[in-house]
Amino acid sequence: MRPLQIVIDGFAISSLYAMGAIGFTLIFGVSGVLNLSHGAIMVVAAVVAWAAAGSFGAGPYLGALAGVVAGFVTALATYFIVVRPIQTSRAIPREEKEIFVLTGTLLWGIMLQEAVAHFFTSNPKTVLPLIAGVIDIAGERTSINKLVTAAISLAAIGLLWLLVNRTRRGKVLLAASINPRGLTLLGFELSGVYLQVWAIYGVLAGIAGVLLGAFLGVSSDNVGQLTASAFSIVVLGGLGSVTGSLAAAYVVGYLETLTAYLIAPSIRTVPVLLLLVLVVYVRPQGLLGRR
Amino acid sequence: MRTGRMAIAALIVLAALALLPFGSGEYVLGLLTLAFYFAVFAMSWDLLFGFAGEVNFGPSFLTGIGAYAAGLLNHYAHWPIWACVAVGAVAAVVAGVVLAIPALKLRGPYFGLVTLVAVLMLQNIITLFAGITGGEIGLDLPDVLSIDGATNYWIALAFMGISGAVLFGLSRSAAGLILQAAGQDAIQAAALGFNVAKHKLAAFCVSALFSGLSGAMLVFYMGTVSVGTVVDIAVGVQVIIAAVLGGRRTILGAAIGAVFLIVAGEILRPLGQLSTFVVSGVALAVILFFPGGFLGSFGRRRA
Repeated sequence: MRPLQIVIDGFAISSLYAMGAIGFTLIFGVSGVLNLSHGAIMVVAAVVAWAAAGSFGAGPYLGALAGVVAGFVTALATYFIVVRPIQTSRAIPREEKEIFVLTGTLLWGIMLQEAVAHFFTSNPKTVLPLIAGVIDIAGERTSINKLVTAAISLAAIGLLWLLVNRTRRGKVLLAASINPRGLTLLGFELSGVYLQVWAIYGVLAGIAGVLLGAFLGVSSDNVGQLTASAFSIVVLGGLGSVTGSLAAAYVVGYLETLTAYLIAPSIRTVPVLLLLVLVVYVRPQGLLGRR
Repeated sequence: MRTGRMAIAALIVLAALALLPFGSGEYVLGLLTLAFYFAVFAMSWDLLFGFAGEVNFGPSFLTGIGAYAAGLLNHYAHWPIWACVAVGAVAAVVAGVVLAIPALKLRGPYFGLVTLVAVLMLQNIITLFAGITGGEIGLDLPDVLSIDGATNYWIALAFMGISGAVLFGLSRSAAGLILQAAGQDAIQAAALGFNVAKHKLAAFCVSALFSGLSGAMLVFYMGTVSVGTVVDIAVGVQVIIAAVLGGRRTILGAAIGAVFLIVAGEILRPLGQLSTFVVSGVALAVILFFPGGFLGSFGRRRA
């Protein structure tokens, strides 16, 4: 058993989960939308990065950029094609918007998944790492890519924290997640806030997708599982709570890594599911949830 | 008035469908047989969502329990089919109650989440105990309902007809109205003196009963139980899409949506992977532009 390896692997995968889940929870917090096409958006970003870097010869850096842009564009498309029409629809009663958004984004996710499988096949793809090679940490050979993954994820989370806490625009977002109606009374247009949140989400999901593609490799078959893991993290941490999601991401990441190393890789998600059931029954608002 | 007309229309359609085996091949019958069992999944889901207002993300948890309970009994204990189906249905209700009693205390997305996790757990358990359950590959059953396509078709059609009649009748009864009230405003319904929790639990049991029955019947039609056909999240997702597509809160619409999904998927099969793309796209368009679903917009135009 190699404790250090578990620590490093767990840290990289947890940071990646954290970035993926934070965008997800931000959208829920601000607009009450659970975006079930989350996994598909990440896969689109990863596959575009893979194709741009490999087939079109753009190299790892431009390829990664293309992937992030693809994630951003797909997220905005999700908002404009699926979510916004449902939110503004008069034919759908307000109490049923939630199920419509869920079903709509789910269908949209399936469409994205099938489109990726059609154009790029469903074979697993590994995105070229930004920096190749291995490094020696206290006698443990570690691929630099793992460290890059963790570093970029943490940097993105840090930038988001600065944006939310230190800028006026960010404070509006925070206010919207606490009390949307209060914000409209102050004269802010909520649809503008929603658009900003989706844009931030798109960038985060894009980066997460590209990094995931370089770290573990992705295939269009992973879509459901990726969405489910983001969903579990967000619920575990408390729907809409960014800090909670951050903490939960590390709990889930380490729990999965420990299970995979110490018991068996085939049941890596089982302890997380058990924990999830327990938390939902005992403390349905999640670890750090407000409601 | 509208209830009566819908029931008559449904009877006419059922009668026409019953005559189908005299004029069409085994292929069409086999496809529709599958669609009819699927229709029962969707109708039981609609009772829970459309009327009780509870979003069950794991309809395949209930169908899966019913299917596997029946399948395991038949495979290992060689019980007769009717006994296996009965046990499957009871098992689904018991599992449903165990899941529902704590879960119904939760509100909003949390109920849906627990049901979703339940499916993932069941899926993991089946794969983990692959030695007993057959795992991903599935379990072969020694008995099947019938080897004759037309007989299978009539059994499925009758089963769908009876289930549909019970569920539809229930939804239009006093209990159905109370459920609907509880779904729209639980506090007000409780203030009027109705036991909301009891009614929701009853709805969950009925939904579980028919899901379990249908799951168990389906495996005896196919002669095999596997995760991919009765437990997988994708199966549950299709059930939800079918019910929303057909028109929620109509019960009968769910059946139409289910048949549409199965038949459309088959017609578009030559497109390969794109067939799922097209079916999902159509379903998305219906949800965005005709949120009432097939039956919902039809009913409104007539009214």
